[in-house]
Amino acid sequence: MYYVDLFLNGLIFGSMYALMAIGLTLVYGLLRILHISHAAVYALGAFITVIVANATGSIALGMLVAVVVSAIFGMGVYRVLYQPMLRYPPYVAMIASIGLLIFMEDAFRIIFGEQGLTFTRNPYPTQIHNLFGITINTVQIAMIVLSTICLVALALFTTRTRMGIAWRATVSNPTIATSFGVDAIKVRYLNFMIGSALAALAGGLIALLNNFVEPTMGFVVSYKALAIIVLGGLGSMRGTLIAALALGLVESFGTIWVGSYLDRDALAFLFLIIVLMVRPQGLTGAHA
Amino acid sequence: MTLYAYSLLSILGINIMLATSLNLISGFCGQFSLGHGAFYGAGAYAAALCAVAGYPVPVALLVGALVGGALGFVVGFASVRLREDFLVVTTIGVSFLFVGFVRKQKWLGAEMGISKIPASGLGPEGNAIMILLFAAATIALCLYLNRSWLGFAFRAVGDDEQAARTIAIPVSTYKLLAFTIGTAVAGLAGGLYTYFTQFIVPDSFTFILSVTLMAMVVIGGLGSTWGVVIAAIILTLLPEAFRFINDYRLLIYGGVLMLVMRFAPGGLAGIATSVTRRLRKA
Repeated sequence: MYYVDLFLNGLIFGSMYALMAIGLTLVYGLLRILHISHAAVYALGAFITVIVANATGSIALGMLVAVVVSAIFGMGVYRVLYQPMLRYPPYVAMIASIGLLIFMEDAFRIIFGEQGLTFTRNPYPTQIHNLFGITINTVQIAMIVLSTICLVALALFTTRTRMGIAWRATVSNPTIATSFGVDAIKVRYLNFMIGSALAALAGGLIALLNNFVEPTMGFVVSYKALAIIVLGGLGSMRGTLIAALALGLVESFGTIWVGSYLDRDALAFLFLIIVLMVRPQGLTGAHA
Repeated sequence: MTLYAYSLLSILGINIMLATSLNLISGFCGQFSLGHGAFYGAGAYAAALCAVAGYPVPVALLVGALVGGALGFVVGFASVRLREDFLVVTTIGVSFLFVGFVRKQKWLGAEMGISKIPASGLGPEGNAIMILLFAAATIALCLYLNRSWLGFAFRAVGDDEQAARTIAIPVSTYKLLAFTIGTAVAGLAGGLYTYFTQFIVPDSFTFILSVTLMAMVVIGGLGSTWGVVIAAIILTLLPEAFRFINDYRLLIYGGVLMLVMRFAPGGLAGIATSVTRRLRKA
């Protein structure tokens, strides 16, 4: 059962990576910007979840507020930071994005302290269930359920609704989409809104699982998410999902097998570099 | 001069070497690297091992440069194979991979790093002068490259790869060359750092350092050697000049990066050009 547990654990982490990385890949697909400060949105979501949950006593309310505030914040980042930079080469926005991430992380440290915050009441990570011989806690179940719901809803939205189809059309060809009457600006806001909401949800869930948030929590995750979207072939949603789950599994098993030679966090990049050396277009290579 | 002044000058010299060498790769040749700290670290570790093994200073420095350059040559292959955005993420990966690898290696001292590195025998003053001489040599190299055929080829690759290829510039060769030269200088700077501190730990070479170096390059102005030198000096001395800044160092770095990219994406060099242009018009 040990390996089954490892497998499940890998999938759970993978699903969180997926929630994180979808937003990144969407921004890249639409604007060709490496939105590195996406990790700051993730950390913001985690902090808001803890603060609101501690203030009101309701973790669900905390997550809801986190998702809404982060979605608005994400749209703000687009409006204030990226929009005026679209006329410059893409590295300009990328460097600014790194600047925003570092800025926000240090701001979190100054406001909330280096030690970070914990939930005052959070029984969920210690509620262990035993399903068919697999041990799993309540937060992990919530992670699986919520990420599945979000990803399925996203898939339905992008394939079945008018707005979703307009969105995909804009990603694949902005000029033609605009000439067919798609409001490209609206699509961009939608993009940042949904991506940021998913990142905040992932942040809140990870905070619940660790019962802890700290200012630098987004840092390593952000680069893993970058590795994931590159593995997924940049801009491809399906590729991103596959790469996220694959990375979760690689980390889960890799920590056991090669953990004494390499940090868990470095594994993602070893995986990335190996894959890119073999397949320079990424795992799926959907977009050229 | 006090000991503090010498150590400040040493750090300044090292930062100038690192920033201008990164500018060679990213500014001249257009290959964005966010892993420059890893090559610096590789050079530092290689030089430290040599120094501890009893080799003389020039040998250790040379080995540092060679190891840095060799690693850069390997990573340079990634720049040949991958497109731009993939390369940025890969170099970020190199930076994490380096620290993650070194942290777990007992023969490199793991988390504790390498201490008791023998002194260079030059004293703090001699060390600072040696470092500044190397920094001056690096600046001279960059200025020379800028005017040479090689610099022209780098710029052609950086501006438009396709166009460079059509006028028969071997793009891959020049990318590899830019990576190798730039990272060898970073490795050399690592060797100098080893003799300067006589104590190295993996945490001195993290991703934040690589970002700081990139900040120097873009704030100075991509491709402008003097702009980058000035930015390196400002970003090194500012936290020292105002102690209170040190507590908010990252906040200010992040904020400055955002503001420069938002309002003056050409950096200091870009501002200088537009000011002189305006003056000429008036």
